[in-house]
Amino acid sequence: MKRAQLVIGLVLVGLVVVTAVVSIFWTPFDPVRVVPGQRLLGPGWPHLLGTDGFGIDIVSRLMVGARTVLFVGIISVGLAAVVGVPLGMLAGQAGGWVDEVVMRVADIVYAFPALLLAILLAAVFGGSTLTAMAAIGIASIPAFARVARAGSLQVIASDFVLAARASGTSRWAIAGRHVLPNLAPLVGVQASVGFALAILAEAALSYLGLATPRPNPTWGNMLRDAQELMWVAPLQALWPGLAIALAVLGFNLLGDGLRDYLDPRLREVS
Amino acid sequence: MHLALRIARRFGVFLLSLLGASLLIFLLTNALPGDVAQVLLGTDATPEAVAKLRAQLGLDRPLPVQYLSWLGGILVGDFGHSHLNGQPVLALLAPRIAVTMWLVLFGLLGSLLIALPAGMVAALKRRSWPGFTISAAAQLGMAVPVFWGGILLVLVFSVGLHWLPANGYVPLARNPAQWAAHLVLPSVTLALVQAAVLIRYVRSAFIEVLNEDYFRTARSIGWTPMRALLRHGLRNAAISLVTVIGLQLSSVLVGAIVVESVYTLPGLGSMLLTAVGQRDLVVVQGTVMFLVLAVLLISALVDFSYLLIDPRQGASARSDDGRTAA
Repeated sequence: MKRAQLVIGLVLVGLVVVTAVVSIFWTPFDPVRVVPGQRLLGPGWPHLLGTDGFGIDIVSRLMVGARTVLFVGIISVGLAAVVGVPLGMLAGQAGGWVDEVVMRVADIVYAFPALLLAILLAAVFGGSTLTAMAAIGIASIPAFARVARAGSLQVIASDFVLAARASGTSRWAIAGRHVLPNLAPLVGVQASVGFALAILAEAALSYLGLATPRPNPTWGNMLRDAQELMWVAPLQALWPGLAIALAVLGFNLLGDGLRDYLDPRLREVS
Repeated sequence: MHLALRIARRFGVFLLSLLGASLLIFLLTNALPGDVAQVLLGTDATPEAVAKLRAQLGLDRPLPVQYLSWLGGILVGDFGHSHLNGQPVLALLAPRIAVTMWLVLFGLLGSLLIALPAGMVAALKRRSWPGFTISAAAQLGMAVPVFWGGILLVLVFSVGLHWLPANGYVPLARNPAQWAAHLVLPSVTLALVQAAVLIRYVRSAFIEVLNEDYFRTARSIGWTPMRALLRHGLRNAAISLVTVIGLQLSSVLVGAIVVESVYTLPGLGSMLLTAVGQRDLVVVQGTVMFLVLAVLLISALVDFSYLLIDPRQGASARSDDGRTAA
């Protein structure tokens, strides 16, 4: 059962990645060019899921949307990990007031939702893909810092670190050689869950008009368009939402599956 | 005495968070290159005009002075004035607070009404199909973005069945029946999405209870699992759940902002988005600060009540102090 979680997660995530990569080289139709004569076609051939209010092929737009989602996810989760993991390791290893200061600041940022951060950035700079990525990335730092801190506390208490310390290995060498490699699985799990959250946040921001603007397609701004056409073309609101849900489900299952795979003791509780 | 110490410490954390959050908000809206005066006048304004407006708005003062005067204002309830129409931010917020408050309240209550029983059953029957079904449903629910959930509900109950209004709001005082009708779909949307997240916490809190000695004892004297869980489990699980609900609060509020946009409810969220569209930085700044203040205040109150309710907190405070002293 638990193995199934991991497999389904991998398949869904793989599907998003493949779609995004293919969309760089090929989409069935032009994903942004307006075709006035082809508005709101139903599902069929050659437009498998039909066309939107501008006469643009929905499948093509969904494919490019996958690319945006992956891009935003990679940059924001990457930013959060690159800043958060060293901070968490520092807090865990230094202890004392350094630990206190780092984790207090992390708590403050944690209490600050990504959406509000994105709203502030959008108010100053105007909403764009960049402000969305920055907001999601900054808001995700505390989660990585916490995971890295808890993990390094665990590693530092282990016998092999004691042995390394006894043989005169320096603090930095222990951090690089023992702590960091042992954190990798934990950070991997957090990255997968963080990716799911980033997809949800990006979708919400594009839906609210605070991230990637039209005509560039994202799953969120497609739903914004679809909602206006709800009374005439209800099916339009189905596909982008389904894409978001499947991608988020994929990354969540992958994260859960990885966690169980790496730490069987948690199986019962989570 | 130890309790007083813990309450004092929690209050200190509250003040510190408030200070940190206000600093973050202020720096983001003020220290970055995007300047209020420049934004207001547009990119083709003359430098002289920009400088004059900056002086008028007090933007030529040093940043620390600006920050302190802004913070001082907030402490006495002055959240600044809109650049567009000169109205005080608090006066703009006031009529909208009720809308968001109802939504957050119903969303939170609804999510508890769903998640508590569902999470309990998921824990008790975790090795058979009811538990499996609930967990799978929660996993699916967590993947549904709140605005899509809202759109789907509108498609079914407004577009399809014509049972409920698709958008808009009627104040409680004007027409209670219409007020309720307009709040049903938004509240259900928020409750469902929040419940999906909450079910996992409830389930693991109850699974922990199932592994406790007192639960085994209750079972061994012939109580059914459900009776043992209701008599002993509920109270014990409640302690960890209070914390989770405190943490949930900010995500419910964020969810409410998005839901307001789906159903065009005239709450704080829609006001915030309008202000962003108009680049009214002071209103954005003030509204965000107000929301953060509300979240911090409520979670501090939740923690205070938790300190008072749970006698073990006193005991752990003593052992904490003992350890630091030693």
